[in-house]
Amino acid sequence: MKIRLLAGLLALGLAAVGCGGAKVETSPSASAAPQGGSSSAPGTVKIAINPWVGYEASANVVAYLLKNELGYNVEMPEIKEQLAWEGFETGDVDVIIENWGHPDLKKKFIEEKKVAVEAGSTGNKGVIGWYIPKWMADKYPDITDYKNLNKYAELFKTSESGDKGQLLFGDPSYVSNEEALIKNLKLNFKVVVGGSEAALIKGAQQAQAQQKPLLFYFWDPHWLFSKTELVRVNLPAYTEGCDADPKKVACDYPEMDLDKIVSKKFADSGGKAYELVKNFSWTNEDQNAVADDMTNNGMTGEQAAKKWVEANTAKWQAWIPK
Amino acid sequence: MSTTTAVGTPSRLGLPKWAAPAGVAVVFVAAYLVFRGTGTLPHDKEAPQFLAVTDLREWIDDHRNDNPLFLYFLNYIRLFVGALYDLFQTVLHALGWPGITGVMGALAWLAGGWRIGLLAVAGVSAFGFLGLWQHSVDTLALVAVAVLLSLAIGIPIGVWAGLSGRVRRAVTPVLDVMQIMPTFAYLAPLALFFHIGAPAGAIATMIYSIPPAIRITALAISGVSPTAVEASSSLGATRWQTLFKVYLPLARSTMALAINQTIMMALSMVVIANLISAPGLGEEIIRGLSRAQVGIMLPAGVAIVIMAVMLDRMMMAIARRGPHTKPSKIDLVGAGVLGAGGLVLIPVLPGEWPESWTVNVVAEVNDAVLWAETTWYPVTTFIKDFTTYALLNPLEGLLTSAPWWLVALAVLAVAWRVSGVRPALIALGCLLAIALLGTWEHAMQTMTTVAVAVLATLVIGLLLGVAAARSPRFSAVQRPLLDAAQTMPAFVYLLPALALFETTRFTAIFASIIYAVPPVVRLVEDGIKAVPAEVVEAATSAGSTPGQLLWKVQLPMARRAILLAANQGIVMTLAMVVVGGLVGAGALGYDVVLGFSQRTDFGLGFVAGIATVLLGVMLDRITQGADRRPSPRKRMST
Repeated sequence: MKIRLLAGLLALGLAAVGCGGAKVETSPSASAAPQGGSSSAPGTVKIAINPWVGYEASANVVAYLLKNELGYNVEMPEIKEQLAWEGFETGDVDVIIENWGHPDLKKKFIEEKKVAVEAGSTGNKGVIGWYIPKWMADKYPDITDYKNLNKYAELFKTSESGDKGQLLFGDPSYVSNEEALIKNLKLNFKVVVGGSEAALIKGAQQAQAQQKPLLFYFWDPHWLFSKTELVRVNLPAYTEGCDADPKKVACDYPEMDLDKIVSKKFADSGGKAYELVKNFSWTNEDQNAVADDMTNNGMTGEQAAKKWVEANTAKWQAWIPK
Repeated sequence: MSTTTAVGTPSRLGLPKWAAPAGVAVVFVAAYLVFRGTGTLPHDKEAPQFLAVTDLREWIDDHRNDNPLFLYFLNYIRLFVGALYDLFQTVLHALGWPGITGVMGALAWLAGGWRIGLLAVAGVSAFGFLGLWQHSVDTLALVAVAVLLSLAIGIPIGVWAGLSGRVRRAVTPVLDVMQIMPTFAYLAPLALFFHIGAPAGAIATMIYSIPPAIRITALAISGVSPTAVEASSSLGATRWQTLFKVYLPLARSTMALAINQTIMMALSMVVIANLISAPGLGEEIIRGLSRAQVGIMLPAGVAIVIMAVMLDRMMMAIARRGPHTKPSKIDLVGAGVLGAGGLVLIPVLPGEWPESWTVNVVAEVNDAVLWAETTWYPVTTFIKDFTTYALLNPLEGLLTSAPWWLVALAVLAVAWRVSGVRPALIALGCLLAIALLGTWEHAMQTMTTVAVAVLATLVIGLLLGVAAARSPRFSAVQRPLLDAAQTMPAFVYLLPALALFETTRFTAIFASIIYAVPPVVRLVEDGIKAVPAEVVEAATSAGSTPGQLLWKVQLPMARRAILLAANQGIVMTLAMVVVGGLVGAGALGYDVVLGFSQRTDFGLGFVAGIATVLLGVMLDRITQGADRRPSPRKRMST
């Protein structure tokens, strides 16, 4: 019986895709265009969720407006940065709401494969860097120059970094030049992966509160800067193109204009949902406020988004397509 | 490594029996001291092996839609599995919660009476209460697809293997490797060929859950009494008639076990499949992990356990039922009413579980974890630091600073001594392959973690096993706990570990200990209990104290069982340590995670997956011979 059912399904599948061989894209994803039989109901928008709270803040505000102002369904699958780009191809993702650079992925998925398109800036300025708690900068004034890091490597040793200093990193999927930087700047440090944004935040808070040494990867915009005093370590200044070859990077991260990427299909047939995503643009302060509510005030993403939306009507009104 | 060669050996030349191994050990120590730091193979992220695989992946990505292999074969599989998943998902969502509750309840009732039916209704409702309705249904759909396909492929192969010894011999080694393979290792190749998303997740799950389907089916078929078969064929039945009227009905209850095992394996894999963007409860686990919030993960973990228990009880009820017992009329009516009731309510009640009926425990669990973290901080930190500084770091230093050839020789020597020539050569081959793949240093680090975890597992397992063997009351208390522990999907063990130890290498060790201890306890307990009562009596009447009885009689005689426990413990620990890459275990497991997180490291992750398999086979071969070779003591007495 089962076999017969399977064979029937197989035949159906074959018939459905015709005889020209099968492309990888399965379920005609999302978008407002009604699609029978696919997993996504008509009018569903899939916003990939990347694992940092700033991203979630943006995603939740957009999702809130899509649901409550435009009547869309919103799915927010947990798919990490680079996999999310592949999701444009398979139809698992419609929107990446906050993209940090990724020129290589843009080349591949926008120019070559033509499965994604840019949907403009989020208005957020993003910059990644290495940070220490403020007390360290006070106590060792020259530590903020990368050239002196080796002198203090001893301070940063932990059980996980062995005889080298520890550079605490976040989620494995984050944009990262750390390995190359350590190698090319000849630093006596080892990247230790905390695994999450939360591990970085907790490390930073403890380090400042208990005067423990810590060198860690972090980024702005982030609500943490308004709660805990942190100082950035100066790596060799960024110059245009100094990070072109990922293996030879020996300079700091650039300030990035964070932008939105959507699937080609969503751009073509996403209707008002696409318009809203394209129009979405806010400031670092806006994002930090929502992210802070989500992390420190016990609100869910939806609650925090609702609070922001209710307090900032003028801002989001401008995003709603006519 | 070198010290582990000190295994007891029979005396031959009048030397004390420990002399030969001790001598070998001394040679190894001396060689290490002389050659340390030379011939090491430090890790290089940019090794050509990794880059080649990364390039291959880029090529495949570019040609996924124009290469004939993909266009006319692989993509069809993907589409077919995807369509099947969509079908299940659509049907399940169309049923909504009233429908699913009713139908599951009815099926469970038919399978095992009203109690199981009630359990199923409660279980399904729990998904809703936990606020995980959508994710649970997705997981259920994914599991259903994977299990259905596993059985569709596994049962015929299993039947064939059960009927033909030649097929069985051909299939067994493949299944062996498939079962040693840690779950993580499947993901990268699948992503390569089947891309990401639900179909790839279903296929990964399927590959993991096929082996028990084949193995247990083969066992069931070959266990059918030959008399029954002869009777059937002498009555003129055709081969197909014999198969369908004799073999399958007689093997029925064991086959139910096969289905049960397949479901359990699928459930434990389906979560990990989220790393390649498969939907379902795994999403919540990964979300919790990447936010370091046990509060997010716990409900999802509980939901998976409930799903496992529910399906396990249903299948076990079927397995226990005799071949000819039909459900009573009352059962039929009850189940019918329940099922029909659920279906009738579909249009009346909303399909989504109402939000006001959910309990949100995220904040509470997070608070509890925070409390535990801060309150037990001195104890947990002490355990973690002690293990790290006293065991992990020195051993890791030893293995990574020893020349590769010395480690290889040590592996060869130990494997030869414990398991014999053939396994020793296989183990050596695996180790050399690991070196060639460019993953030496990380493999050594993973091996360190495994070694420490196995050591702890064995110590704890022995203690608990001995205690259970000596006190029936203790055993009675412990058994249900062990049973429960063994139905739980592996990653669930990460949660308490993460709550107590945050993300470090020790977290993975702790998780693998609690994962691997239950089977070890069971094997040890059974091994000691299997010592013949006459032997125990003889020893007691000869004046042995309980301590002497244990050390001189019971433990030596249970040697095989204990070595088998060690073998099992190692394989399970490795699987867990690799999954521990998600929670700070580093080395190979982290490489696999990294391979999915950064495109440029795909090759590294892929190769790390292969290296993990090789490491698994190697560790298994080193220890597996233990239960086949006669023990030295036995040789002495004969």
